[in-house]
Amino acid sequence: MKYLLQFCIILAVSLVGELLNRFVPLPIPASVYGMVILFLALATGAIKLSHVRATGRFLIDILPLLFVAPAVGLVDSWATMQEFWLAVVVISLISTIFVIAVSGRITQFIINRKGGRK
Amino acid sequence: MIAEIFDNSLFAGVVLSVAAYGVGLVVYRRFKFFLFNPLLIAIVMSIALLLLFGVDYSSYEKSTKYLNFLLTPATVCLAIPLYEQYKLLKDNFTAIIVGIASGVVTGLATIFLLALLFGLGHYEYVTLLPKSITTAIGIALSEELSGCISITVVSIVITGLFGNIAGEKMCRVFGIEHPVAKGVAIGTSAHVMGTAKAMEMGEIEGAMSSLSIVVAGCMTVVGAILFSSFI
Repeated sequence: MKYLLQFCIILAVSLVGELLNRFVPLPIPASVYGMVILFLALATGAIKLSHVRATGRFLIDILPLLFVAPAVGLVDSWATMQEFWLAVVVISLISTIFVIAVSGRITQFIINRKGGRK
Repeated sequence: MIAEIFDNSLFAGVVLSVAAYGVGLVVYRRFKFFLFNPLLIAIVMSIALLLLFGVDYSSYEKSTKYLNFLLTPATVCLAIPLYEQYKLLKDNFTAIIVGIASGVVTGLATIFLLALLFGLGHYEYVTLLPKSITTAIGIALSEELSGCISITVVSIVITGLFGNIAGEKMCRVFGIEHPVAKGVAIGTSAHVMGTAKAMEMGEIEGAMSSLSIVVAGCMTVVGAILFSSFI
């Protein structure tokens, strides 16, 4: 019963996200709407943590697994990229390294500065 | 024989993915070396087995569609750790938002500069602009900018895979030690795939990474539309 209720709540939130995605003319996916809705519902107490936690943990646990199939699909799309593939790979990797460095360092810098003042 | 099983099964691809990921986890726990990333091992093993048995990608994809079905509810659940770390989010709100914004601008700016370097045209350039955000927003954005959606997806997956494999290592290289900062760095750079790794690094990293997906996604939509006119 416990898992049934939890799974039902999570799927219902996903459904609301899906409907918002369909009817609001913004490029925001169902999953992002759903995440915001679930967060607000938890914050306002409309949904209790114990109503979603165990099943939520399970789904988060298997999250990496859900990316196996799409990544295997890279092999299939390789041919469509032709001579463009080197640029795609190099730009993706280099720009990701810069984003990690800058966003991480800046966040850490502001946190430490604030901590130092206290 | 095996190819036929895949062609008519709703479970073959699921079993292959789960088993390959399981093997990946065992190998990773045994060696603790970042290149033995469970996701990477699972992908390489799956590709090798599909090629070995001559299974078409389309029939493999068909037999994994129910795993795919779980992606939305699983992403929705990222709100749970985020809620559990609510206090931390409130206490560090400015640092987190400024950090994510700086990451988004850095991402768009490096893509712009590298596109100049590679001599890419407008079409290729706008195709790559959404690469750091979660696939569903990335597809919509690529469409909005009239880019090539399938290549946008490739760049999103390459980015996410890289974040999942090397994100933790990169944080160490750049001296990013605070768990909030690590989470922001990984979520901003490598969306949900990176966040899957951040969840394994720790509760705080996972929660901040989840938040960064949402915030960085929204900021990138606005930023990319501005940047799209540069080339």
